Amino acid sequence: MNVWIAIGLTVLGCYAVKLAGLLVPAGALERPLVRQLSALLPVALLAALTAQQTFSTGHELVLDARAAGLAAAGIALLLRAPFLAVVAAAVVVTAGLRALGLQ
Amino acid sequence: MGVAVGLSGFAFGVTAAGSGISTAAACVLSLLVFTGASQFALVGALAAGGNPFTAAAGAFFLGTRNAFYGLRLSQLLALPRPLRPLAAHWVIDETAAVSLAQKDRASARLGFAVTGLSLYVLWNLTTLLGALGAEAIGDTAAWGLDAAGPAVFLALLAPMLRTATERAVAVLALVLGLGLLPVLPAGVPVLVAALAAPAVLFLKGRSLKGRSLKGSSFKDRNTGGRNAKGTRP
Repeated sequence: MNVWIAIGLTVLGCYAVKLAGLLVPAGALERPLVRQLSALLPVALLAALTAQQTFSTGHELVLDARAAGLAAAGIALLLRAPFLAVVAAAVVVTAGLRALGLQ
Repeated sequence: MGVAVGLSGFAFGVTAAGSGISTAAACVLSLLVFTGASQFALVGALAAGGNPFTAAAGAFFLGTRNAFYGLRLSQLLALPRPLRPLAAHWVIDETAAVSLAQKDRASARLGFAVTGLSLYVLWNLTTLLGALGAEAIGDTAAWGLDAAGPAVFLALLAPMLRTATERAVAVLALVLGLGLLPVLPAGVPVLVAALAAPAVLFLKGRSLKGRSLKGSSFKDRNTGGRNAKGTRP
């Protein structure tokens, strides 16, 4: 039951914020400050999410095979590899290190 | 991008099953929430024994970034009002990244529709497959599937890091996101990290004011890459 309460709230909340973004009057973006902010916010959020999903488990900071996987993805990006190759590099390196017994 | 999303959708299905979430619940999440980070956060929080309200709050906070994508997309796509409630469901990292990369409105609209539809179908199919196949797969970590999510985020982030301002925001957000993770409830550190954007803008504004009095070339150097967007003449 608790699971379905959480799901219901998440469904409503996540849809509401998506819709809110689209319905805000266009005039709100005319101001340079708002325009710059809306360009920079995804940068901040994606950077934080990337770091958290790589270097943490729950509330703990950890350094494991995912870090090497992300480094591989970073190198693939620097080499201008296509999107799939970037993700595949991360997955393959992470799985490979774990297969070798490294966490 | 499609295969990468398929991979994360599969990873989500497997993770959900591993967290004790039923196949039906995992599929409802992918059908009706359709924003990966929030879904991962929700099943993670539920698996950790979090109460439904905290778990949903974490997922909601992660989803708030979609409002900012929507802000930019609404101007770029200029969709008719009746279409917006439908389009809203597809406002996610990937559709925003594809649409914002297009040169004109027509290709942005096409990019949004094609990316939205194909990723929606793919994400839901792979969630179902992942949830059903969880037994067969066993440990997702052994397959490195937990590295797919961050790699997707990094690939989305990389093209956005063009100027010193954007890099400063990313570094500050990274430090805040990791530094606060052990002490704040799940989902909150990401929101605090988002404050890196206004913080860096504020500091930049101050330093521009200070330096422009001396006639330094700082301004030209720092905003050189922005001309295409028209933020500076």
